[in-house]
Amino acid sequence: MKLLLKKGKIFDPVNNLSGEYDILIENRVVSKISKNIMEKDSKDVEIYDLNGLYILPGLIDMHVHLREPGYEEKETIKTGCEAAAAGGFTTIACMPNTKPVADNPATVEYIKAKAEKALVNVVPVGSITKNGEGKELAEIGFLKEAGVRALSDDGNPVMNSEIMRRAMEYAASFMLPIISHCEDKNLSGDGVMNDGYYSTILGLKPIPTVAEEIMIARDILLAEYTGASLHIAHLSTERGLELVLDAKRRGINVSCEVTPHHLLFDDSYVTGYDPDTKVNPPLRDKRDVTALREGVKMGIVDVIATDHAPHTYEDKLGEYDYAAFGISGLETAVSSLYTELILKELFDFNDLVRLMGINPARILKLDYPGIRVGTRADLIVFDPGRNWKVEKETLKSKGKNTPLLGKELKGKVVLTFVKGKMVYNDLENKGVLIYE
Amino acid sequence: MALKGKDFLGLYNVSADEINEILTTAEAMKEVFTRTVKKIPTLRGKTIVNLFYETSTRTRSSFDIAAKRLSADVISIAKDSSSVMKGESLIDTARTLEVMGVDVVVVRHSAPGAAEFLARKLKASVLNGGDGAHEHPTQALLDMYTIKERIGFFKGLKVVIVGDIMHSRVARSNIWGLTKLGAEVSVVGPATLIPRNIMDLGVKFYTDLDEALAGADVVMILRIQKERQAMGLFPSIREYRKFYCITEERLEKLKKDVLIMHPGPMNRGIEIESSVADSVNSVITEQVTNGVAIRMALLYLLAGRKKENEIIA
Repeated sequence: MKLLLKKGKIFDPVNNLSGEYDILIENRVVSKISKNIMEKDSKDVEIYDLNGLYILPGLIDMHVHLREPGYEEKETIKTGCEAAAAGGFTTIACMPNTKPVADNPATVEYIKAKAEKALVNVVPVGSITKNGEGKELAEIGFLKEAGVRALSDDGNPVMNSEIMRRAMEYAASFMLPIISHCEDKNLSGDGVMNDGYYSTILGLKPIPTVAEEIMIARDILLAEYTGASLHIAHLSTERGLELVLDAKRRGINVSCEVTPHHLLFDDSYVTGYDPDTKVNPPLRDKRDVTALREGVKMGIVDVIATDHAPHTYEDKLGEYDYAAFGISGLETAVSSLYTELILKELFDFNDLVRLMGINPARILKLDYPGIRVGTRADLIVFDPGRNWKVEKETLKSKGKNTPLLGKELKGKVVLTFVKGKMVYNDLENKGVLIYE
Repeated sequence: MALKGKDFLGLYNVSADEINEILTTAEAMKEVFTRTVKKIPTLRGKTIVNLFYETSTRTRSSFDIAAKRLSADVISIAKDSSSVMKGESLIDTARTLEVMGVDVVVVRHSAPGAAEFLARKLKASVLNGGDGAHEHPTQALLDMYTIKERIGFFKGLKVVIVGDIMHSRVARSNIWGLTKLGAEVSVVGPATLIPRNIMDLGVKFYTDLDEALAGADVVMILRIQKERQAMGLFPSIREYRKFYCITEERLEKLKKDVLIMHPGPMNRGIEIESSVADSVNSVITEQVTNGVAIRMALLYLLAGRKKENEIIA
């Protein structure tokens, strides 16, 4: 079985490939990349005319909550992977705050077994501490053997600095990066939105930026002290970014990610009390949003990751104070970044592949060959001309909780290939998921 | 004249003209109080529900009396006496009431935005009776009514709000309303009880009470919740009293005709000395009386709206 992708415009900074090429995939392996591949249309060859469309290496989302096991009403590994496929992610890293928490090899094995049958590659993240409680170290060695690529207590910080210090020392010897959810719980308290003008107007309990920044500073100092590899999850403030920049200049092994929602929305979006704008860290003010965009442009930000946090309708129904934190992000990330940042020339598709492919692969130590002859193709096709409306009915994720609901976005992922196999086809606007 | 929207949720989005209209309507309502039969048939056949998720004697009875004086049918649901306790959500409780044909829902809730949430979901008019630290528009309007009655104007008037601004919906609504009508508003209190961005709301900010009070025409004192002390927001009641209590000694240094206001319930001897609360400068009981007039005005303006395809008997 052969697949021929004709005339797509490739953006592949891994292989320094850019421009219009034809790609031939034979038995799931890229067999030829060339200007004009002639194949006769036959039973054996499926030809796709991709004139005007873009081809990118498959993207990696290194921060996803798949919710399974334990919270299957919010998302399952199957539905989360479907959402990933539809969003252009061929690999996702799933956070361990499930029930039970992925603090043991059995839970990791369970996730891997389920992921086997799912549409995209799943990389499990193990927890730093037992049950994610921040008190005792999880069995990090066993977790490594079970296949985790990083450690995180995401959703909660490790408040105890001594535990974090020991976790970093221990994890470093297993070559595992620590992904830190930076939040000083005493400072964030029962706050629900950013401390600023809008929290003052709305009367919602505020979360100050320093709640995040203090922990970024602490973890940077601990990483320097222990030599651990530290990745700051969902960084959301200007000052936090400065701390990371300073640490990088000092040669500390630190990287950071920002989410699309922190790049797109400021805290003025909370006006109206839409629970879909409730997220942790909270949407920050305009100044922080501008700084994050600048940080992406200047390359201080290593990764864009969605922090895909699906919730049920009921979790997000009602009073802002009582709604769950989190935004469902897998399916809107690429289109919203294209609409708001790429079209406005903040960065380009090569940068996108660096931020959502090359860099997460480097941090998680994953192979990322790009689009290369002899490799199994993980690639996606993006239609810059396709405008679409974000609607509950068409989202594949169980989590419909996004402030983008009802909004028009420009450009859309229309084909996703995982290990050489087409798993998602939206060329005809039908959003077809393809299982074997 | 009618209010712009279906609901009345706060003073942030209300124009100066609308505020003046409400104050004028309330004057007409207050006239009713002087009659021997304190009741007018304006809202006969209308149903009003007071949905109170927070304990409140003052505001709830004020709405109750206001509705009854307008001849509306009124029921009150308090947190402890309904299915609210059985875990029924806000939206389901409200919908249940709506299908029973309610015209206005007055809601008091501890969560900011609760009134706005209901307003979006219901066809009935929603009147905010206080939502968390967001807004308490009827309180601010009755405060403004009292100021207008006593002083007659707002332009250039120096109003000082004292105490826990952070957690106060009364402060926020008064800030919006008073500044729209041209008053100069200052806030004063411990820095821990004042939002960082308060000056962006167009007010002056002090931590020194005496400095703030200089030249004040109106002093609005807020209730200090004792549990804020346990949260670590100020060291002790005794220290609060020392630095922020409106005492007789402080009152003596103020303008002779300064108005002393308090939304109640008061902590006598903590944020206000009894002799101040009971002084000739105090308009605290007038505030309560005027509250009924203001709530009558708002219920009238909301429930009296002509609805499309309404059947007139």
